[in-house]
Amino acid sequence: MNQVNRLPRGGRVDRSHPLNFTFNGKQYVGCVGDTLASALLANGVDVVNRSFKYSRPRGIVAAGAEEPNAVVQLGASEAAQVPNVRATQQALYEGLTARSTNGWPNVQRDLMGMVGKLGGTFMPPGFYYKTFMAPASLWMTYEKYIRKSAGLGRSPTEPDPDSYEHINQHCDVLIIGAGPAGLAAAITAARSGARVILCDEQEEMGGSLLDSRELIDGAPAVQWSDRVLDELNAMGNVTLLPRTTANGYHDHNFVTLHERRTEHLADSAPSFGSRRQARSRMHRIRAKQVVLATGAHERPLVYANNDVPGNLLAGAVSTYVRRYGVVPGQKLVLSATNDHAYRAALDWHEAGREVVAIADARANPKGDLVDKAQSLGIRIIAQSAVIEAKGADRVSGARVAKIEIESFKVVGGVEELACDTIASSGGYSPVIHLSSHTGTRPTWRDDILGFVPGEVKGLTPAGGARGVYPLGDTIRDGAEAGAQATQAAGIDAGAMALPQITARQDGQACALYQVPHLKPAMRAPKQFVDLQNDVTAAGIELATREGFESIEHVKRYTAMGFGTDQGKLGNINGMAIAARCLNRSIPEVGTTVFRPNYTPVTFGAIVGRHCRELFDPERYTALHQWHVEHGAEFEDVGQWKRPWYFPRTVNGKKETMHEAVARECLAVRERVGILDASTLGKIDIQGPDAREFLGRVYTNKWAKLAPGRVRYGLMCKDDGMLMDDGTTSCLGENHFLMTTTTGGAAGVMEWLELWHQTEWPELDVYFTSVTDHWATMTVTGPDARKLLAEVTDIDLDKDQFKFMDWREGTVAGVPARVFRISFTGELAYEINVQANYAMHVWTTLFEHGEKYDLTPYGTETMHVLRAEKGLIIVGQDTDGSVTPEDLGMQWAIGYDKPYSWIGKRALSRPDTRRTDRKQFVGLKPKDPNVVLEEGAQIVFDPNQSIPMSMVGHVTSSYYSPTLGHGFALAVVKGGHERMGETVYLPMVDGKVHEAEIVSPVFLDPKGERQNV
Amino acid sequence: MFHIYCPYCEEHREEEEFHPKGQAHIQRPEDPEACSDETWGDYLFFRDNPRGVHHELWVHAVGCRKFFNITRHTVSYEILETYKMGEQPSVTAKSLSEKDKQAGVQAASGGWQTVGARPESDALNKGARV
Repeated sequence: MNQVNRLPRGGRVDRSHPLNFTFNGKQYVGCVGDTLASALLANGVDVVNRSFKYSRPRGIVAAGAEEPNAVVQLGASEAAQVPNVRATQQALYEGLTARSTNGWPNVQRDLMGMVGKLGGTFMPPGFYYKTFMAPASLWMTYEKYIRKSAGLGRSPTEPDPDSYEHINQHCDVLIIGAGPAGLAAAITAARSGARVILCDEQEEMGGSLLDSRELIDGAPAVQWSDRVLDELNAMGNVTLLPRTTANGYHDHNFVTLHERRTEHLADSAPSFGSRRQARSRMHRIRAKQVVLATGAHERPLVYANNDVPGNLLAGAVSTYVRRYGVVPGQKLVLSATNDHAYRAALDWHEAGREVVAIADARANPKGDLVDKAQSLGIRIIAQSAVIEAKGADRVSGARVAKIEIESFKVVGGVEELACDTIASSGGYSPVIHLSSHTGTRPTWRDDILGFVPGEVKGLTPAGGARGVYPLGDTIRDGAEAGAQATQAAGIDAGAMALPQITARQDGQACALYQVPHLKPAMRAPKQFVDLQNDVTAAGIELATREGFESIEHVKRYTAMGFGTDQGKLGNINGMAIAARCLNRSIPEVGTTVFRPNYTPVTFGAIVGRHCRELFDPERYTALHQWHVEHGAEFEDVGQWKRPWYFPRTVNGKKETMHEAVARECLAVRERVGILDASTLGKIDIQGPDAREFLGRVYTNKWAKLAPGRVRYGLMCKDDGMLMDDGTTSCLGENHFLMTTTTGGAAGVMEWLELWHQTEWPELDVYFTSVTDHWATMTVTGPDARKLLAEVTDIDLDKDQFKFMDWREGTVAGVPARVFRISFTGELAYEINVQANYAMHVWTTLFEHGEKYDLTPYGTETMHVLRAEKGLIIVGQDTDGSVTPEDLGMQWAIGYDKPYSWIGKRALSRPDTRRTDRKQFVGLKPKDPNVVLEEGAQIVFDPNQSIPMSMVGHVTSSYYSPTLGHGFALAVVKGGHERMGETVYLPMVDGKVHEAEIVSPVFLDPKGERQNV
Repeated sequence: MFHIYCPYCEEHREEEEFHPKGQAHIQRPEDPEACSDETWGDYLFFRDNPRGVHHELWVHAVGCRKFFNITRHTVSYEILETYKMGEQPSVTAKSLSEKDKQAGVQAASGGWQTVGARPESDALNKGARV
């Protein structure tokens, strides 16, 4: 065991259970209870990464979520790769394998480091944009190399073997954070009987109590937290969620909690028997009340070379010593602005290592901890700070000088102290992130030198999260917040008996962010503000000099706070520096808004089970199984799976789509085909005013449609643009059946309800969606009548059952409605039967259809057949900017209807009356072998210089096996008046196609085939 | 994600069950043919975008399928009130404007359609415009 920095005793790690792990290919040993960070520090690993921009060596700075440097790539196998893991939050397990995310060829010997050293001084903010700006076309090339040398990890190239879950939960009080305030809030709420959820992001609950020096009721603080946790654990109304980060606070107290269930055990979720555990759970919580007990993050001081490994947060030093039994060095210099930071020196000293000095920025430090340090003989240098760290891969010394904060100057001589660790503390920033996720601005408080949460309904901040720091006060504040939240949730809460804590006397902290240097910031060694994005104090100065005054602009120019740590350490320091440069106060400069997620969340947890076959619901028709068995290729239409075409195998070779579609088209035109049209939207409309309602929502007339008749209708929005079409049949005087496009079904249903409920509630009419109740089979082709006659009792005589009639009867022995409507231009019957009879009817039709060579066809053939007839598909040939007149469908517009139907008034607006509107036409390519590209732009003059005047585009285009040439539907400016004219379609490859504007009806313009 | 009280179902449900349908209280002119192009254009295309109180039309799409109105604060996203179709809001920009000023929020004109509205709404419209 070579854990050079591991103390022989103390801390909450189990030294009797060593764990082997690998970092950057090297084997190490840690203990149960370690984080990856504490284990690396125990093993004396200084450099854990290279910095993002300058490739400077970086070490561990913090002990929690705020860590900016120790971001690692985790995973032993390719499938288990996880980028972006903070070593400070990753529990150690046997066999853990991690790598640095930056550094090439490796972190110790980094090539870009040389560039960083040489180029460092010449790489101000905006460097990449300024340097690689021209020529713009080369940016893609530069970027590839820049990306290679930077970045924060990579995603796995193999599928993730793990599964993730979502859980919806409700509770009375959700408490975020299980430190002293959170525990006090939880126990207060829980004892009242409220439903409580308590979550905490760390491996162990207890927060700051886990490394506290203080006594509660005369015993170590952690004993109190253990007692409280035991009590909470035993209560049925409490859910404890350790290893669970509240990553997002959303509207109306909707909070997402990311619970990591197995990431402390292995890099992939272990199995119990045949069952693999869910790797993580996303709890979607709707809480009546939320208590924000997220504590505070310590701020580092900004001094020269403050990024050299060995520079740590003072509090992190205490955490490593007291909680993990690791002293991350031999000789410590502490630079502090407050009493609480003195803990680092005391803990270091008690661990038996040397504290060289404490540089305190205050002129006259006073307080219990200061006294204690003095009594231990630790040297305290007042009114001073570490102005510069010495060393390259590890701190070798600290330059300490007397400073004057008001004038921002070094006022005394510089003393260089030999040391290998510098701990700094510039005060504490409440962890307010969640409170600002919904847009609430935090408030600056001068007395605590930090932002506290703004007022958010249903959210009560407590303890450190609102700047209450002394332990006793924190517990009282938590208990009060818990009681307040419980009351607000409508439950009576009693007061908690507060434990006995001897209040520590602390001196007033002073406000210091950036430490002055002998040289101005621009010339001094780099003073890092945001370690993850390599933003320096000089960079922020430069930004303000270049005219960026808003902190949001400074942030975007320098990239401060844009890292995966969201500037948890650096943002306040950055604002303070901007404020100093602009001669304003911090609240005047303002703060930036934090957004979800608080710490990075793996995509798996966000997706949960909504992936692969469960990504989106799939809808099947009643005939789906038949289609599958008959080799159909499927097309997604909305959520429906529709047969696209039915390829046959001819002479051992499977047909291509083109071959199958040609065969299916000819079968329909020459014999008979059948289509599963069940996905068409169907709305049953009933009521005395049903007819009047139809007249208002459709453009055409419905007053005289008799029972037994069917009519095609166009539906517009009130702007006159077509939104849907379909047929509606009169089933009885007060009863109609409307059909809609497959994709438009739900939207049309809502549209009808909208108008009925908001504009015409006086109309007595009711709508019911019956899409799934009826299966629809279209039998179409010259032999359709002969085939149907074999299986129905309905009189199919052409004079009795005319085109656009419907009849009720039986088909294959089951009750059916048969509609004589045609979307192919051929004789056609749409057979509707109750969905659960569909398979019987379908197979019966095939039994009888064999002699007619009954051919199933899919949506592609349907498209070709309807396009040959110039029949539109809403959403393909229209796009929300097309009126019925643009389509040449004046015949379907009832201008003289008494009620001003939806869309009518808009059709007389100047814009809809323009004669150069894009109008619906057919296009016949001059070359019969050409099939134009759908979406191709149309021009009148092929020789016009670029940019050419585009006058329309192709909306549908196919090869017609019936016509023997390609053909297209299109919209062209003024197209109706341009019949016979030639237009041009310049293609990406330089070719220019020629086409003639023709009628969109390519086949049987008189409709003789469907009227037989 | 909003937590919305459906005034018909009389309970709070998750936003996923609802669809937003834009600004509320926009009435189709009684006689469209008598409208000028400008008035009709206003009715079709012009909507308020207040910073503050906004009355919105929503539908409980996968619940009771009823349309209803929500009064929502566009800064805090707080839902101040929900009410049935045909009812008038009790919380308006005017009723909240003093409170808004105190909170440093710019008082909004409120989500009231003035052009193309029926005459009986005029008084309400005027009242809402502070």
